[in-house]
Amino acid sequence: MQAGSAAVVLETVTKRYGADTVVDAVSVSIAQGEFFTLLGPSGSGKTTTLNMLAGFAEPDGGRVLLAGRDVTRAAPRERGLGMVFQNYAIFPHLDTFENVAFPLRVKKAPKREVETRVADALAMVKLTGFERRYARQLSGGQQQRVALARAIVAHPSVVLMDEPLGALDKNLRYHMQVEIKEIQRRLGMTVVYVTHDQEEALTMSDRIAIMNGGRIVQMGPPRDVYEAPENAFVGRFLGEANLIPARRDGLAVASEGGALLESAHGSLGAEGGFLFVRPEKVAVAPEAGTAPGGPNRIAGRVRFAGFLGNVLRYEVDTDQAGSLIADLVNGPGAVLHAAGDTVVLSWSREDCRLLPG
Amino acid sequence: MPLSRLGALLLLAPSILLLVFVFLGPIGWFLVGSFAELGSLAEIWEETRAVVGSRAVALAIANTNWIALQVTFFVLLIGYPLAYALNRARGLAFSLIIIAIVLPYFTSVIVRTYAWMVILGRNGIINQMLLGLGIVSEPLELMYNRLGVVIGMTYVLLPYMVLTLYAAMKAVDPRLLQAAEGMGASRLGVFLRVFLPLTMHGVIAGSLIVFILAIGFFVTPALMGGPSDIMIAMLIEREIELTQNWPVAAMMTVVLLVVTLVLYAIYARFTGGRTGFAR
Repeated sequence: MQAGSAAVVLETVTKRYGADTVVDAVSVSIAQGEFFTLLGPSGSGKTTTLNMLAGFAEPDGGRVLLAGRDVTRAAPRERGLGMVFQNYAIFPHLDTFENVAFPLRVKKAPKREVETRVADALAMVKLTGFERRYARQLSGGQQQRVALARAIVAHPSVVLMDEPLGALDKNLRYHMQVEIKEIQRRLGMTVVYVTHDQEEALTMSDRIAIMNGGRIVQMGPPRDVYEAPENAFVGRFLGEANLIPARRDGLAVASEGGALLESAHGSLGAEGGFLFVRPEKVAVAPEAGTAPGGPNRIAGRVRFAGFLGNVLRYEVDTDQAGSLIADLVNGPGAVLHAAGDTVVLSWSREDCRLLPG
Repeated sequence: MPLSRLGALLLLAPSILLLVFVFLGPIGWFLVGSFAELGSLAEIWEETRAVVGSRAVALAIANTNWIALQVTFFVLLIGYPLAYALNRARGLAFSLIIIAIVLPYFTSVIVRTYAWMVILGRNGIINQMLLGLGIVSEPLELMYNRLGVVIGMTYVLLPYMVLTLYAAMKAVDPRLLQAAEGMGASRLGVFLRVFLPLTMHGVIAGSLIVFILAIGFFVTPALMGGPSDIMIAMLIEREIELTQNWPVAAMMTVVLLVVTLVLYAIYARFTGGRTGFAR
């Protein structure tokens, strides 16, 4: 970990509440200009980690460094971070202009500078013309933009965002994801983003740290953590996953039900584990006319055929591997199966992975 | 479930009846009876001008306003930090402060005023302490003057201010304060730029309610004031009890009532949810 070059460094940061260790020796180094996401279920310690970075909570152990400077015990206002809060935290007694100007006002910035910077920030989030509106006169999406403009107005090098899109509906969320990403790229900001929404994390991040029980259980670029989870939790948390209980059978690997499995990635210990395969990597073929046998081929009966629009989802009961899910793109010539059909599921050894239990 | 008009009316009926019989009825009867003694409208107008223009009444009105203003100022000065402490206190500290504020609230004004007389009198606790410590050589005049009136009324009216302010402070989202701190505001900055503006409607509402109650005050100034600290309510009582000049008492009552109602209308606007940022 090179503390000198990184914008944000957490060194074995720990936080306890009574006997509970909510953040357990978390170490992270975030590069300048990186979009870094802390992803995890509620109670995983991601918000507490962010609070220690912001200065709202003091670590019981470890260090927090910003651009190489130790700020572990520094007050929030001494850290010079931009922040977007989960509930936006827009001041109801101030209009949009004054809300966005707030970080400059407390620094007693000259009037001219305040005016140009606020105008720039509002233009950036497409809220020019809304200067005199109060929060109650703005929609949820517009309030979100005010919060965003306020976070970037003072040109902080690091911006923290705590579930900033949690309160927006799905379409608006997607638009804001794209906009936040664009602004981040244009300004070269380092963003530390907290969310429990895996899709959001995958869309926006350069790197994701998945947290569980106060620890980072895996960290890497979105594609890596999605396709190459290191354990069953990560596999399950980042979208739908088939996790087939598996054990070693001589040199080969077999499911608990006896199906022969094969994977190019990972390995199993003596205690066994899982074979992990994403539903979209699973092919579904009618039983008739397919050759039986071979690894990663399991016959079953469709229990549920779900039509998700662009995707067809099959839940298939198998004797050898329990219930499995297969997603098929509803593309040209997609073959539809109905509940009750017998099918054969298969996948390539490159598209699956053996995980420890 | 929203109440129907009739349902609401039925629920309100007992209090409306009570108000009609013990307040509106008597006051109407008193005003009509008193003014009837004077005769025609022209005579009433003449008399009103003479009374309101008289030195005694003008002085009482000036006294009343000035005392009420001072009391409001001191109640606010003491009440705001107290409400702030209450808002931050937890557990036992919270219970102790709230008891200290609310218990006197339920005690008779007369009892509380006499308690202050025991404290402030020539041989009262404060003077005995000061004399005993040798800080003063003869007792201070803490009572039977303006000082006594202001001290007594400030104490009696403090709970109204504290409870109003506490409600306003409780409604401030603590996350806004945290956000302000995160955006670089100092503690003073957070207070001046966020907390104070967000509780300002409570300051205005509390000040109005204290001022309204203060201008009609009788017991405390009557017991703790000096000969020159005549407030309007005392003047009304004097006109009725001593000079039995009911028309004059009636006129002053109207003046007091109108002022009170106007202030109350302003108060109602401030607490009726028309202030956009009261949550």
